[in-house]
Amino acid sequence: MSAILTTRDIRKSYRMGPNLLEVLRGIDFSVEAGEFVAMVGASGSGKSTFLHILGALDTPDNGEVIFGGHNLARFGRGRLNEYRNRSVGFVFQFYHLLDELDVVENTILPAMAASSILSWPARRGPARQRATELLRRFGLGERLKHKPYELSGGERQRVSIARALMNQPTLLLADEPTGNLDSKTGNDILNVLEQLNREGQTVLMVTHDDRIARRAHRIVRLADGRMVTDRSQ
Amino acid sequence: MIMIQWILAIRYLWKRRISLLAVASVALCVFIVVVVMTVMNGLVEEFRGKNHRFVGDCVVSTESLVGFVYADEFLAILDRQDFIAGASPVIRGYGLLTQPGAEWNMGVEIWGLNLARHIQATDFAQTLYYHPQNPTTAFVPSYNPSLPGCILGIDMMPDRRNQDGTYYHPPQPRQYELIVSGFPLTPKGGLARIGTDLVNTLHVYLSDDSHSGLVKIDGRVVYLPFDTARELFGMAGSIPRSSAIHIRFRPSVGLEAGCERVGRLWNEFKQSCRDREYADLLGEVRVQSWIENRRGAIAPMEKEQTMMIFLFLMLGVITVFIIFVVFYMIISHKSKDIGVLRSVGVSPAGVVAMMLIFASLVGLIGGGLGIAGGSVFLARINTLEDWLYETRGWQVWNRSVYAIGEIPNQIHPPVLIVIGLSALAACWLGALVPAFQAARKRPVEALQPGIL
Ligand SMILES: Nc1ncnc2c1ncn2[C@@H]1O[C@H](COP(=O)(O)OP(=O)(O)OP(=O)(O)O)[C@@H](O)[C@H]1O
Ligand SMILES: [Mg+2]
Repeated sequence: MSAILTTRDIRKSYRMGPNLLEVLRGIDFSVEAGEFVAMVGASGSGKSTFLHILGALDTPDNGEVIFGGHNLARFGRGRLNEYRNRSVGFVFQFYHLLDELDVVENTILPAMAASSILSWPARRGPARQRATELLRRFGLGERLKHKPYELSGGERQRVSIARALMNQPTLLLADEPTGNLDSKTGNDILNVLEQLNREGQTVLMVTHDDRIARRAHRIVRLADGRMVTDRSQ
Repeated sequence: MIMIQWILAIRYLWKRRISLLAVASVALCVFIVVVVMTVMNGLVEEFRGKNHRFVGDCVVSTESLVGFVYADEFLAILDRQDFIAGASPVIRGYGLLTQPGAEWNMGVEIWGLNLARHIQATDFAQTLYYHPQNPTTAFVPSYNPSLPGCILGIDMMPDRRNQDGTYYHPPQPRQYELIVSGFPLTPKGGLARIGTDLVNTLHVYLSDDSHSGLVKIDGRVVYLPFDTARELFGMAGSIPRSSAIHIRFRPSVGLEAGCERVGRLWNEFKQSCRDREYADLLGEVRVQSWIENRRGAIAPMEKEQTMMIFLFLMLGVITVFIIFVVFYMIISHKSKDIGVLRSVGVSPAGVVAMMLIFASLVGLIGGGLGIAGGSVFLARINTLEDWLYETRGWQVWNRSVYAIGEIPNQIHPPVLIVIGLSALAACWLGALVPAFQAARKRPVEALQPGIL
């Protein structure tokens, strides 16, 4: 198997007044196509920060992210937007749904973002169909017309996973996708993710829950700004 | 144009109460500016129109009370020009007005008019009340045609105005006997007579009144027949003098071009007269367009309008600022949305475009409502004022003081377009800055909650 994403010496620090808070101190990491990787680490260890850098939502102070053989830092703006739109799907720790859109609209957001107003009418039907299918798989079939504020935290989280999967990204980056779910629902979600993974979806997932992490192919641990363990199961 | 911009822009407009507030504030500002601009513009235009109609297109005149010589010869030259529709000589001077046995007297301006000519050169005929059909006989008192007549500015007569601004007219002019006195001057500017009999005095009878709508004119000018006035001021004599010639051009002739041609004719005429007696009086004469001639009356009004425009520009600045603040708040509030959009691959330009669509919707709807509201209000403004006056006794302008008939409400589409576009530009300006700021951020920065 070949690495679809590799990082070299990623560093990130935040300046807090006179102190420099070094969150990431040089991370070398890679994900292979078809892998299901779990990332664990203490709260505040920099898991979200690292995931944001992989998703091109943030930039590292040092080091590089290589995707499909290309350095993200060398991407032009258009290519970078395309990377965010199609290559990765991002599940935020705090869901980040748009209040003005209903569940289906939130889910098809990545498809709408990539369509011009002229091409949309033709793409709208298939997009809605895919969104509805995804939402059904996540147990939200009855919630399609609801607004985010009418949903529970766990339901919002599932909408945000559906949104991330909308454009069939090469790599799914999920920041605690089961963090707000009871173990039964969390398990259901994980089943869906595993099923998707079996269908070929590469997944990198952050979690606090060891039982969930154990279901991944590989667990990586962030501590003191480094990947300290990297063991395959 | 990507799809999501339109959907979100429209949702922001309908789902957020603050967006409706933004629409309302744009509408209100546009409404106020439309109404005030229209009324102010209308007042100035009306006033300019009255001045124009009263003096004609072009005036050849001297400020000197002595007048100037050979006006009759120049008049003959003007009469031969085919670009001129009418030219009328006028005598102007100052005198005293009183009535037999009356305790009062007042200083007045006296104009001597050749009515047959003057109604060709100006719209004076339309200012008359009793002789609208036959203005050339306006100096003939209808109650006794054998008496010498005079026309008074309408505001010189007491108690002629009703509270609502209309004038009261008896079916015939009242039989007023008036005594007009003037000081005859020599061509050199000295008093023509020495001794006890210093003044010329005339008894005349009111034959009509003139309502030009110009307060200073209607309140202090007495009109006499041309020859009578000439006699009064000692301007008859062997070399007769006049004070002014009012000229009207044919409709196809431009104001500036016409005045220039008259100016050239006058200079030639002045040259040809330079060796004749009293030729120095011709040096005082100026050829002016009606605008220059009435500058003293029009300028303060225009100044006021300029000041109002300036004040409303300041209001405009405040409007822009309010709209700016509203947009700043809305868009800062939407920072998270911008972060989400950026994270699914919408470009910064796409984000800015979305906010511009939103701002345009607010501007177009707000501006449209403001313009529509302003137009409806203006169309009803006089009805409304009448109603207020009838039910509450409340008037915007006290018509017994101001020479205003109706509140002007003629809407000029170009003005509306300018105001509407300005409102739209204000919305864009208000939206652009915060939109750029938010769009430039890295997606994670935009996603951070609580950043204003
Ligand atoms: N914008 C920022 N400015 C300053 N410090 C920041 C910023 N973002 C993150 N940090 C700090 O970086 C560290 C890592 O944050 P991060 O969110 O990546 O942690 P995490 O591993 O995801 O934690 P959790 O499991 O609680 O989500 C934290 O100590 C946090 O305070
Ligand atoms: Mg985190």
